[in-house]
Amino acid sequence: MRAITLVRQLGEVALAIGIAPLFAGWIAQCRAWMQSRSAPPVTQPYRMLRKLFHKDAALAATASPLFRITPYILFGTMVLAAAIIPSLATDLPFARAADAIALIGLFATARVFLSLAAMDIGTAFGTMGARREMMIGFLAEPALLMVLFNASLLYGSTALPSLVDGYRAHPSIIDPSVIFAAVAFVMVLLAENARIPIDNPSTHLELTMIHEAMLLEYSARHLALVEWASYLKLFNYACIGFALFVPWGIAIHGADGIFALALSIVALIAKLIVAGAALASIESLSAKLRLFRAPEFLAMAFLLAVLGLLVHLLLGVR
Amino acid sequence: MELLAVLCLPLLGFLLLALFGAKRAAPELNIAVSFATLIAAALLVLRVERYGTILVFHDQFFVDAFNVFLVGLTAFVGLTTAIFSRPYMRIEELHGRLTPRRLQLYHAMYQLFMAAMFLALLTNNMGLLWVAMEAATLSTVLLVSLYRTRASLEAAWKYFILCGVGIAQALFGTILLYFAAEKTLGHEGMTALLWTHLNAVKGQLEPRVLGLAFVFLLVGYGTKVGLAPLHNWLPDAHAEGPTPVSAVLSGLLLNVALYAVIRCKVLVEGSIGVTLPSRMLMGFGLLSAVLASFFLWRQRDIKRLFGYSSIEHMGIITFAFGLGGPIANFAALLHMTVHSLTKSSIFFTAGHASQVSGTQQMDGIRGLLGTSPTIGWGLMLGSLAILGTPPFGVFSSEFLILTTAMREHPWTTPLLLIALTVAFAAIFSRVQPMVFGDKEAQPLPQSPALVPVFVHLAIVLMLGVYMPPALAEWYRAAARLIG
Amino acid sequence: MVLHAFTVPVLNVLNLLASCLLLISFAMLSERRTPRLITLFAGQGTILFISTCLIAHSSGLHELYYSAALTLLLKVIGLPLILRRLIYRLDAQWDSEPLVNVPLTMLAGLALVIFAFGLAQPISMMATTITRNMLGIALAVILLSFLMMITRRKAVTQVIGFLAMENGLFFAATSATYGMPMVIELGIALDVLVGVFILGLFFFQIREQFESLDLRNMENLKEE
Repeated sequence: MRAITLVRQLGEVALAIGIAPLFAGWIAQCRAWMQSRSAPPVTQPYRMLRKLFHKDAALAATASPLFRITPYILFGTMVLAAAIIPSLATDLPFARAADAIALIGLFATARVFLSLAAMDIGTAFGTMGARREMMIGFLAEPALLMVLFNASLLYGSTALPSLVDGYRAHPSIIDPSVIFAAVAFVMVLLAENARIPIDNPSTHLELTMIHEAMLLEYSARHLALVEWASYLKLFNYACIGFALFVPWGIAIHGADGIFALALSIVALIAKLIVAGAALASIESLSAKLRLFRAPEFLAMAFLLAVLGLLVHLLLGVR
Repeated sequence: MELLAVLCLPLLGFLLLALFGAKRAAPELNIAVSFATLIAAALLVLRVERYGTILVFHDQFFVDAFNVFLVGLTAFVGLTTAIFSRPYMRIEELHGRLTPRRLQLYHAMYQLFMAAMFLALLTNNMGLLWVAMEAATLSTVLLVSLYRTRASLEAAWKYFILCGVGIAQALFGTILLYFAAEKTLGHEGMTALLWTHLNAVKGQLEPRVLGLAFVFLLVGYGTKVGLAPLHNWLPDAHAEGPTPVSAVLSGLLLNVALYAVIRCKVLVEGSIGVTLPSRMLMGFGLLSAVLASFFLWRQRDIKRLFGYSSIEHMGIITFAFGLGGPIANFAALLHMTVHSLTKSSIFFTAGHASQVSGTQQMDGIRGLLGTSPTIGWGLMLGSLAILGTPPFGVFSSEFLILTTAMREHPWTTPLLLIALTVAFAAIFSRVQPMVFGDKEAQPLPQSPALVPVFVHLAIVLMLGVYMPPALAEWYRAAARLIG
Repeated sequence: MVLHAFTVPVLNVLNLLASCLLLISFAMLSERRTPRLITLFAGQGTILFISTCLIAHSSGLHELYYSAALTLLLKVIGLPLILRRLIYRLDAQWDSEPLVNVPLTMLAGLALVIFAFGLAQPISMMATTITRNMLGIALAVILLSFLMMITRRKAVTQVIGFLAMENGLFFAATSATYGMPMVIELGIALDVLVGVFILGLFFFQIREQFESLDLRNMENLKEE
């Protein structure tokens, strides 16, 4: 393990933890612009986190140890995921240990703990949110797996850094299977991160909540950690998308200099800005789906991913 | 040239009737056009008899023994149906079920339908064959729904959708055929789809593609023949459309669709051998015959009853073509002729019977011999003829088919016999009470034209008793062409 | 037939167009609103037009340009216009729930696509055109349109499914044999046009009798 790779690895993790709230704030700003509202400043999430950390945690009397550990587990899994995803460079020491399927396993772990903790208190809203979250997750995971299989079939490996290296070696722009996989991935991203059209992140009506309903019982530092974890989840998904579909700028194997690192940081920030704006526009232009239509949405995503696979097999496009 | 006349006269008739069809003289004009077409067809038949197979207009049209006899048959039945429909439709108009505008549509579409069928029979181009079959379907859809009742609209919708889907399959089959042909014949213009050219090179066409093409073509055109399990549209269309339309559907369209199937079969057999097409034809044919004969028991409506009978007979004909060989083909061609003549005559009488009794339900039709003897006798004789009683022609063809089947594929004979016997019992038991018994019925406002009925039955009788040598030789030549 | 004029970018674009065609067929399976269905159908026609033009350009067969022009006139402009006027006058803007729920229909569609790809493989191997791999997609479009026809309740959507099936057939002809002879294509186009006219007339008759275009009204003719 060379020093530069370790630096890059830690730098990537630190960057992820640091920038994720900014990303969420940027998306909120874009949404507000599109809806002709005046927006809170981009650093608003930091302020909220800071405020939460200063408060005293209040726990329900029926809370078990599971409820208390869950925020830490969530945050930990998301940080670990950020370490595996090649957002800045592909030469990551941690990445050898895990590939895309393990990545999905990490996300699944986070989801399971969040749902269990929500049911732990025993309130109606928590259980409802947990059930809905599991339904969405159950449908979204196959779609995500199919997208990753698609990419791995194209570039020959399921480990994300190798995927990026493979893509950079043979770029193909108008490849229908890649386009299908990209659209499917965006749909899964919207579903998993509780965005419109699946879930409204800024709703205050409990009966329409999916993700928010599970957070109702947390307070102070627990809430801060859980919120930070969801910002990190969105950031991670965005980085997976970049790695699979637009990996230019990521320092590939062999590019070790400081110039490459700087370039990759700049590229990442540029991509995040564009992605945030795009996400905000998708959210503003869509209406929230009724809950029983969510399976249709995810079935469509699954379908697109499988179609991409089939089309690749049929048309034999390299 | 006769061929041009045969094709253009109905088209001319369509245009004239589209303009003048609402006038009082429209049925007479219809009859006149049909008569002229018959003359042209007869001249064409004579020409082919003298000169043999002819190819016209850069090989685009092709007349050999097989399709010229169908052309003659179509023209003849077209004329007799036009004669029958004249008083029939007048009575319908007097009963208030039709308006002059609808009669205009009816007459125009009738001639257009005849034109489409002649085009399908005479063209050498498989693609044009498809276009003509689709045109024939389209021109009859509006005819089936002529009465604008709920039932007739439903029947026409089913007809359109089922036959439309079927014909889409046939288009895919045609595309596959073109695909196979293009590799051997090349891409210049239209030669790749000409049947005569394909027939010449059929040994070199790709077997797998042709096999797949045949499946699609059989399913596609077979829907229009009324082969089970794709027959659902047929009973409804026969029951709900006006009687002349049922007569031409049963008597003519089913024959033309089968003709299309057989032309494809000849091509495909040259490429992949006899087994697959023959087995498929035999299978579908047997299935249709047996299924239809059992369904005959449940029918209450007279035209539905005879619609199912058409399915059964087309099944028998298809089975015979599947058997192959000179005798079976001869029998199949004979059966096509006699079935067409007999079934149309039955529909003529059934139509008048329902007019006399005011209902199409068989329970409501009674004592026809008492009230209108000609209709009663016509129905009686027609039913006996279609059931295969000697000395009518249907008996000879069925006998030939049965004996050939016994010789070559003995296991099919019990099934055929079951189908024939069940059908005999069903139809006979239904027709008996309709013809005999007592009933008071109002006379018809206009005397029915029943001469066509007896002319048809007389021809069928003659074919059963004595086959003119020229006709026999003709059938044999056609049978040879089919292989 | 000039094969080497097909450059790799053109081939990529053709593959992309074929995939979009397949995608639109799936979208038609799940779309509930009839005006959107007509737009999707027009989209299919546009894709056919562009791909036929590209094939005409690269293979040097100039008669395909006529075929492409026919497609544009009929399927992109003419038929959608007629259909829109029809549903406006018939007031048939919405389709009710399809017979089977949407995710199940999608899965069935997926199975059909796999079947179509498998069926078309041996035939594609034999073709000499450069676009032969797209025969599988054409067959898949045909089968998906068939599925759409079966699972729909309203008469107008069944008809649109039928027209989409014809689109698939056209695509099959173009990809396997660089199109059919011109006269045949004209004949097919004429048939389609006349068919839609007749259907239009027919719909009015149906509406007059049944007061609605719901196909459940048309399931009454059975063996009595």
